[in-house]
Amino acid sequence: MSRRQTTDNRQQKSDVVSLVACCLLLLVWPLSAVAVETSLHGFVQGNYSMNTTEDNPDGKDFKWSEERAQVKLEATADQFSLFIKGDAFHDNIDKHSIMELREGYADYTSEKWDARIGRQVVTWGVGDLLFINDVFPKDFAAFFSGRPMEYLKNGVDGAKVGLYPGFASFEFIAVPYFEPNKYPDPSRFRMFDPMASITNRETQDPYRDFHKAEKALRVYRDVAGFDASLYYYHGFSRQPSVLPDNPVAPTRLTLFYPELSVYGASVQGRALDGVLSFETGYYDSRQDRHGTDPMIPNSQTRYLIGYQRQLWEDFTVGAQYYGEHMQDHSAYVQNLPSGFPREKRLHQLASVRLTQFMIHQTLRLSFFAFYGLSDRDYLLNPEVKYNLTDSVWIALGGNVFGGGKPWGQFGQFANNDNVYAQARYEF
Amino acid sequence: MKKIFLLAAALITVVFVSGHVHAMTADEIMKKSQAAFLYPGADLKARVMMKLVSKGGQERVREMMMLRKNYGQPGGEQKYFMYFFQPADVRNMTFMVYKYPGKDADRWLFVPAINMVRRIAAQDKRSSFVGSDFTYEDISGRNLEDDTHAVVKDEKIGDCDCTVIKSTPKAAEMEYSYKLSWIDKGTFLPIKEEYYDKKGELYRVFSADEIKDVKGHPTIIKRSMKNLLSGHMTEVSFLKAEYNVGIEDSLFTERYLKQPPKRWIE
Repeated sequence: MSRRQTTDNRQQKSDVVSLVACCLLLLVWPLSAVAVETSLHGFVQGNYSMNTTEDNPDGKDFKWSEERAQVKLEATADQFSLFIKGDAFHDNIDKHSIMELREGYADYTSEKWDARIGRQVVTWGVGDLLFINDVFPKDFAAFFSGRPMEYLKNGVDGAKVGLYPGFASFEFIAVPYFEPNKYPDPSRFRMFDPMASITNRETQDPYRDFHKAEKALRVYRDVAGFDASLYYYHGFSRQPSVLPDNPVAPTRLTLFYPELSVYGASVQGRALDGVLSFETGYYDSRQDRHGTDPMIPNSQTRYLIGYQRQLWEDFTVGAQYYGEHMQDHSAYVQNLPSGFPREKRLHQLASVRLTQFMIHQTLRLSFFAFYGLSDRDYLLNPEVKYNLTDSVWIALGGNVFGGGKPWGQFGQFANNDNVYAQARYEF
Repeated sequence: MKKIFLLAAALITVVFVSGHVHAMTADEIMKKSQAAFLYPGADLKARVMMKLVSKGGQERVREMMMLRKNYGQPGGEQKYFMYFFQPADVRNMTFMVYKYPGKDADRWLFVPAINMVRRIAAQDKRSSFVGSDFTYEDISGRNLEDDTHAVVKDEKIGDCDCTVIKSTPKAAEMEYSYKLSWIDKGTFLPIKEEYYDKKGELYRVFSADEIKDVKGHPTIIKRSMKNLLSGHMTEVSFLKAEYNVGIEDSLFTERYLKQPPKRWIE
């Protein structure tokens, strides 16, 4: 716990340092006598999410409560540009204020190639809230706490090079500083923990070694009217695995991020009067290729099929089927310590999204649901969003979890139902 | 047989010599109108301001750069690239359409907040464009073969001598039963359009409010669509418009959707 706070603090500190560095760079840049064009935009917002079933494990009533301001600064000169997206917010639950560099990068663009260096958000794949080849950092706590959707994605600190030779496009990304996913905080969310009694835990530092830089490649082009992509990733799982000091009577747990490679593909295009998507990926768990280590996820094949269609004016429906097939299930079962819930060989999930716009698309009613076909648990997310004016919008919604077993993907969150409100003034 | 040829030749001569547009069929007029309205130039760059005005007078503004390129003859394939300046919550969004004659278009949307390009499912015929009174079809045009066209009469609107054409959708799927178009005999631009519902009542009116010559192409630089049932209307102005600006094919790709070239959105 204390270890994680140190990591968080260091993260914040490095954010502030990069933010200041970027601002200085922007200030100095105009001196270089090149015509620089700048723009400044941003927002202020309030975001609150209240428990409806039970309070947080630490006794608080809110999953999220903050006031936030964001500034987006862009400067362009010739083929170069700089972009900074910085947030400052006050957290009413933990009563502190924090600055956060959401994105901050420099771009170079030429006809045949381009490059982007710095903190950047990368989104790959064709799933709707289902990620196979989008191996980049996510904040699931934000998603479950009723924050605006953009906070589900976190940036990577790295370099991206794009090559456009014509027959296909290439995107290569190198990330020297590993950034894990963010999961719900045990002080704010009631969750299943098979080793809850062991409180002595430490997180092995995310890798900051240049030789261990994550590498990701995407090659994409049009194939017979479909958008086709191939993906490759070499790095680490962003979900921590747990290593007990003693497998029989553990007293201390170490959280670490196992080595992972992903090989994948996707296609998306117009079919059956709608948009059809298909994506697959092979998750090569490099530290557990035989599937015998119960503490490291087995290799998997993941796939999804999605279909989206407009049924009537301003009403769209989307549905997805998703599967995770474990490679060495028998080895996994043989080595699973007693007392641990056993995962199925095939883990299946379905989702549906309904979106209806009204009043000239200023009012949006939406409903998103996950249903665990294997676990029989669910997550429901209804939301109403209204643009009061061109610069002010409000959104009200809820997250409802339940069903299945108390350790299921969504079932374990059964006592975390919340209603949330978001209000934003954007300029 | 020979007689028929002679007759045809005589007819053609009469049409050309007398210059009577009247002799053109409704289909021919609509074809020329489509070319003049939606296909002038090899490409078009226009800064577009859309004002959505509610019955109560509340205004919402959408401002975008629209880049359009023709592929082949008028009535053929077109590609659209749109970049949004305002409102603030869609600023920096881009939208791309590959429009094909006779089948649904391909559309992509770029959402900058999460750096994501996504295909979107939307049917041309029933979808409002950014919440305005214009449908996608009003913006990029309707397939002429989807309607039967008939000349109704000649009528003057202001100084414009117009031919009035009645277009009736062949399929029953449309929300209107027919449309009347006032096509200017000189420029072939639609000066006014009236949409009638299934009960035969007028409910939607298009009007070309200002026409200017842009590089030799008469261009509607101010237009409006009014919904008589809701009282809502949308005014569209071209703040700047230019033809034959040399838009490259490569603009219409995911790369530039994510990073629109500055020179095209200025």
